[in-house]
Amino acid sequence: VRRLHLDEVIAPVALVVAAALLGTLVSISTQTYFTDTLVKVAIVVALYVFIGNSGVLSFGHISFVAVGAWTAGVLTVPPGEKPAIMPNLAGFLQHRHVDNVESLVLAAVVGGIAAFLVGIPLMRLSGLAAGIATFAVLEITHNLLQYQERIGPGLNAFSSVPETTGLRQAALGAVVCIVVAFLYARSRYGRLLRATREDDAAARAVGASVYRQRLVAFTASGFLAGLAGGLYVHLLPVQVNSVYLDLTFITLAMLVVGGATSLFGAVVGALAVSALDSWLSVAENGTSLLGWHVDLPSGSAEIVVGILMAAVLILRPSGLTGGRELRLRGVSWRGSASRAQG
Amino acid sequence: VTVTWQNLADGLLLGSVYALMAVGIGLVFGVLRLVNFAYGQLVMAGAFALALASQWGWPAWAGIVLCFAVVLALSAAMEWVVFRPLRGHSPAVMLVATFAVAFLLQSIALLWFGSLGKIATSLTFLGRFWTIGGVDIRKIAIVAVIVAAACLLLLSVLLERTEIGLHMRAASMDFSTARMLGVRANRVISFAVLISGALAAVVAVMLTVQTPLVTPDFALRDTIVVLAGVVVGGLNRPIPATLGGFAIGFATGVLGGALPTDQSQYLPTFVFVAVILVLLVRPRGLFDFSRTVERV
Repeated sequence: VRRLHLDEVIAPVALVVAAALLGTLVSISTQTYFTDTLVKVAIVVALYVFIGNSGVLSFGHISFVAVGAWTAGVLTVPPGEKPAIMPNLAGFLQHRHVDNVESLVLAAVVGGIAAFLVGIPLMRLSGLAAGIATFAVLEITHNLLQYQERIGPGLNAFSSVPETTGLRQAALGAVVCIVVAFLYARSRYGRLLRATREDDAAARAVGASVYRQRLVAFTASGFLAGLAGGLYVHLLPVQVNSVYLDLTFITLAMLVVGGATSLFGAVVGALAVSALDSWLSVAENGTSLLGWHVDLPSGSAEIVVGILMAAVLILRPSGLTGGRELRLRGVSWRGSASRAQG
Repeated sequence: VTVTWQNLADGLLLGSVYALMAVGIGLVFGVLRLVNFAYGQLVMAGAFALALASQWGWPAWAGIVLCFAVVLALSAAMEWVVFRPLRGHSPAVMLVATFAVAFLLQSIALLWFGSLGKIATSLTFLGRFWTIGGVDIRKIAIVAVIVAAACLLLLSVLLERTEIGLHMRAASMDFSTARMLGVRANRVISFAVLISGALAAVVAVMLTVQTPLVTPDFALRDTIVVLAGVVVGGLNRPIPATLGGFAIGFATGVLGGALPTDQSQYLPTFVFVAVILVLLVRPRGLFDFSRTVERV
């Protein structure tokens, strides 16, 4: 029985659109927080595609965000400014230049290819070995991007990348990620992968190849992570440390706080943690809440988010949404196949 | 590449420190099945205690006492607030939770001490060189090897010859059976966590001699490398875990000194590629020779 629960995609998309609309109402300086939040939604949805559906932990996905950011960044810095921030760039990259949309597509493709190549050996692993191996991927990527000045700025920031990621582009990117994640999760591949998550042995017994299903999901999520990286580099001057441990931590926190096993949970987690984090960052510079003047010491945002994440894991390990999709009655659309079968 | 005695001494130093961290992580994993990503932050807290003590002008021994007190208190708090409620959750949830604790402690240190950090000066005499047969070796390298060997020896006596050690070994083999036979869970776990904390304090002392500048991300990179080493060695038994930690520390220490800069900057890449290769060939650890596959 094929059933396409459209509400499972409508609810997260509606949340993203609502966040974007809310972002149009505030001042330009506050708007950056909303744009940043929407890019985080894209990253967390990419994480969900692999971690949520496979149940295997990955600390390595920010590598693909970094690869996407590097791809889009290197190809969109105006050729005249390349020697300033990337003096040692390889010859074939020095004069290549693409526009905004092309750079995002390329970022996604390169992210997907990188994930596929990394996944070929790594998807054989599970449990702790997989966790450590994906961490190793993050370390290797960080190390190479930091010192390989032929493919990027090394330790410099991508300072002259056109800042094309506004609210609209970030929201569109997040929606693209959500729709791809939804279509994947509803596809034969997504269902088989979730079967391996629930019961590895039973899934093997009905003929599912755990390795192949994980590789498909890893590639798809690398593709989305690359896209998110492209969006990120067009938002702010990305530097090698801004796509490393801190981003890994905060995005994993978002996924786990929301509920790792559902798309809705990924989006809710990203929005909730971002909202809290952004508000606390604002409060560090002094703000008022319900008439009270709040002035937090700088650095308290990370502390509160850390406490929140630990608390959610201890008290509610399946996340705020309990890892379930939001289902609205009556919106679900039944395919003709199921109707024919009654 | 020429390897000098100096490089070997550096390798032994780092290997000894990492071996102790590996034991600390392995002990807790044994009884709780929990990989403590926040272990490095225990070391960091101890290092800040040493730095503060030297800033207040305390003598070296008082600084070391303070370091142990802070690290043990923090370990006990971690076990009480985080590990205990997490007991029985899946390894992935526990790993992410300790990841969160690690970042929490790091942000607290950042808020408290700032990103520039503090300098621990009271033990710098151990960082000076001894000339033995024309070779300059830092005193700390020798001290570290002796201290690590003594700690490991004490620990193996404790595990093999005492009742609580027997309980710990039983608990790490099969926790529920051990409990049925009268092993008290909370006592064994608290004991393991405290020993692991004491080892973290020892590591804090040795690392601050090596790198006196203590910043909030102190020992973070070391923890990541040790975790990789421990998993490569084989997490579920103490000797393989220790060997894994020592091996990765020794290799990093020797290569970091022996390679020219344009190659040593890629050292993390070499090390982690090696980690991935070993995991692919022996996912259950380099030194784990038991064969058990889940049957249905």
